[in-house]
Amino acid sequence: MSDQNHDHDLVPSTFADEPIANPGLPPHSWRPTDVDSKAEKRAERQVAALFGLSMVCAVLFLVSYFVFDVGAEWDTVGGLGASNVALGLFLGGALLFIGIGIIQWARKLMADHEIVEYRHPARSSDEDREGTLAALNAGLEESGIGRRPLVRNSLLGAVGILALPAVVMLRDLGPLPGDKLEHTLWRKGMRVVRDVVGTPIKVSDLQIGDLVNAEPEILFATDSQGEPVLEGVEVQVAKSKCAVILHRMEPDDIIPGKGRENWSVDGIVAYSKICTHVGCPISLNERTTHHLLCPCHQSTFDLTDSGKVIFGPAGHALPQLPIAVDDEGYLIAQSDFTEPVGPSYWERDPQ
Amino acid sequence: MSIDTSKVATTNATTAATASKPSKVGAMATWADERLGLATAAKKNLRKVFPDHWSFMLGEIALWSFVVLLLSGVFLTLWFTPSMGEVQYEGSYDPLRGVTMSEAYASSLKLSFDVRGGLLMRQMHHWSAMLFVASMMIHLLRVYFTGAFRKPRELNWVIGSLLLLLGTLEGFTGYSLPDDLLSGTGIRAADGFMKSMPLVGTYMSFFLFGGEFPGESIIPRLFTIHVLLIPGLLLALIAAHMLLLVYHKHTQWPGPGRTEQNVVGFPMLPVYAAKAGGFFFIVFGVSALMGGLLSINPVWKFGPYDPSKVTAGSQPDWYMGWPDGALRIMPGWEFSFWGHTFPFNVFLPIIVLPGLMFTILMLLPFIESWITGDKRDHHLLQRPRNAPTRTAVMVSLMTFYGLMWAAGGNDIIAITLHASINQITYFMRAAVFIGPAIAFFITRRWCISLQRHDNQTLLHGYETGIIMRSPEGGYSERHLPVAPARAYTMTARDRDEMPALESETDANGVPASGTRMQKVRTKLATLMYTDNVQKPTQEEIEEAHHHAEHEHALQAGLDHAADGHQFDGHHLVDEEHLRSH
Repeated sequence: MSDQNHDHDLVPSTFADEPIANPGLPPHSWRPTDVDSKAEKRAERQVAALFGLSMVCAVLFLVSYFVFDVGAEWDTVGGLGASNVALGLFLGGALLFIGIGIIQWARKLMADHEIVEYRHPARSSDEDREGTLAALNAGLEESGIGRRPLVRNSLLGAVGILALPAVVMLRDLGPLPGDKLEHTLWRKGMRVVRDVVGTPIKVSDLQIGDLVNAEPEILFATDSQGEPVLEGVEVQVAKSKCAVILHRMEPDDIIPGKGRENWSVDGIVAYSKICTHVGCPISLNERTTHHLLCPCHQSTFDLTDSGKVIFGPAGHALPQLPIAVDDEGYLIAQSDFTEPVGPSYWERDPQ
Repeated sequence: MSIDTSKVATTNATTAATASKPSKVGAMATWADERLGLATAAKKNLRKVFPDHWSFMLGEIALWSFVVLLLSGVFLTLWFTPSMGEVQYEGSYDPLRGVTMSEAYASSLKLSFDVRGGLLMRQMHHWSAMLFVASMMIHLLRVYFTGAFRKPRELNWVIGSLLLLLGTLEGFTGYSLPDDLLSGTGIRAADGFMKSMPLVGTYMSFFLFGGEFPGESIIPRLFTIHVLLIPGLLLALIAAHMLLLVYHKHTQWPGPGRTEQNVVGFPMLPVYAAKAGGFFFIVFGVSALMGGLLSINPVWKFGPYDPSKVTAGSQPDWYMGWPDGALRIMPGWEFSFWGHTFPFNVFLPIIVLPGLMFTILMLLPFIESWITGDKRDHHLLQRPRNAPTRTAVMVSLMTFYGLMWAAGGNDIIAITLHASINQITYFMRAAVFIGPAIAFFITRRWCISLQRHDNQTLLHGYETGIIMRSPEGGYSERHLPVAPARAYTMTARDRDEMPALESETDANGVPASGTRMQKVRTKLATLMYTDNVQKPTQEEIEEAHHHAEHEHALQAGLDHAADGHQFDGHHLVDEEHLRSH
């Protein structure tokens, strides 16, 4: 405490012209447990009882662990599962009673005299600063780092260049984007099939206002051995790009975009299901207005008018998939999408 | 109440502190100290004083919920498989049996349905993550509103802000791991966020996902980030946060005997060790109760992730809600030029805005001390009302945060209130700018009113609720002076001082560098302090008290000062005299 006067200006001693003098710490007052041995004993019993309750809870936890089943009976007790509720209650109780017991002990039985400790400025003393500076200078001087710029600079260069291997090492984290984002698996003549069961779709399957989630047929195709053509990660990637929605309206309601006059079939249009904002699948259909709403950020697209954005944060229209009908009357794609689907990115050509 | 305290021991020990025979423990301590020299450090810190106030407990909730996170998290790793490899689910949960899903999702289901206590640990982990982030935020507000961030604690404020940022990211990586439909939608959006960055965005996405979204690398990579990288950083920063807390000693509220030079409170051993240790069990216990009784993130209801599916009402965890709100109300401004697309509609709200907000947050202490020119150490806390502009700045930021957060639930609000989602969105676009401005103004004036009220109380006493009738028939309320301790506490604050303007020209008459910044600073300081109410001077208080006594003498009619509590049922009334008419 002797260095208190040091740097006195850092810690203001009093408030500028205090209107009321500091009355000083109030005198200590005794608690019932300090002066009444009955109260003291009672508090002692309370604390011990709380610890005892904790032990009871711990035992009940063990009992519940072995008594209650998980698995088949996961949704008993209000959908929470008897095992989960019992384990949670008794673990909670076992812990809480220890905590409450310790705090009760601290409040009732441990000494409650307030202690005063003095503060010191966070800074080091001037002697320490000078000493450190002297040591640092001596060290630097002896190393000769200031006198030998060649050594110093070549070392800095060597360490600096080490950053390159460190960064380049990360190169194989993933392949380069290339033109992967520009293409999907849709091809000319590929059937548009229902997304869950994979059955092809006829024009007559859709009423006016209907919305059908669809995928390219290749997602469900099998090779000559009966193995799926696409598996695992390929399926997930394909789904994240190829998913489309089919929507049927009165053919007269469609305002065909330039060059899109024959992209629909009897009022049925196909649009990418992947939002052009950040890529959520779009699924909320306003049946009468033919508007499509993204549930993530509420971008709204007008399917009568080339999928243009009419509300929300999306930056550009939903890509449209040109469709036609094959000889058997099933919907097919005329080609791949003519622009990248999904969220925008720097290399995307806005056309 | 008179109690004979002469026989009370000054400690709880029942025997005198005499040296006893060397014990086993003593021998072990000697052995350890001869090798580690711990006694020197322990001597200083075992009885270290911590001041007491309920608001100092908020940071402790964050600390202990982090420990609960570590414990429950280790348990979860014993069963969780961070893999996107496809499996067919054959576990206990009927509705999903036979469905193809990732191993990550299947093992999350296994933890929920086939490991006893697994669901409890999953739910405790999620609940304590929420407690962790929420308590950090409230702790941050406490520190800001009371001025505890001022010198010498600015760096600890920065560390705390980094902890909040890392805690938020840790939460995001954590709730993405089960690979259910909801978390997958979150990752899908994160892919869109990354792609919005000019030049590097597409590459970052391909590198992080190991190819095209979703790929098969993201879950194992997020797992490593979630269980190794970020927890390591969090641990290191928490250690630094605590070490600085101990080194600076805790701030305290001003009061009788509590000054800038001391810290008054209870010693670490035994009182704080017990209270803090006990509180750990309470936080742990509350997490366990929440895990047992409150369902959270029921991943089995969402189904496995499928990039072509989504549920309505998709929302991130609440602490990610505010940037999501910004994303929702942002107009669709997408720029395209020279064969490139710049999705500014995504880039601004989700990449720029959070970074900007965190930068502002970290700089707050430095901005304030630059404006006020206050370079002194501060260990006494301030009441929010006594720093009106500071308080208003934070309330303004909170309003911005709250409105953005509400915008993140615009679909829920629309459904609940049967309102138009379009109109809610348009409203929010304006409200996030106007709301904080209104909040700033109201808070500042409110603080100043409270300061005025404090001065009124100091000068004219508190309102007793006793209505006096004067001989002339006039009515007035009797005011009585506040207790000296309370009066002192109310005045234990600095007067606001305008920073002195450094001389505008140097010795040679050349304008000193930085003069323009000086002027900006003075202007800001003026704005900051305008209308603040300063505490009364000693003369003003004496003058007011003198006046009050005079008034009482004229109006009282009682032969002694009524304190208003004689007849409240808690006091003996034997010696009180009711006025007879």
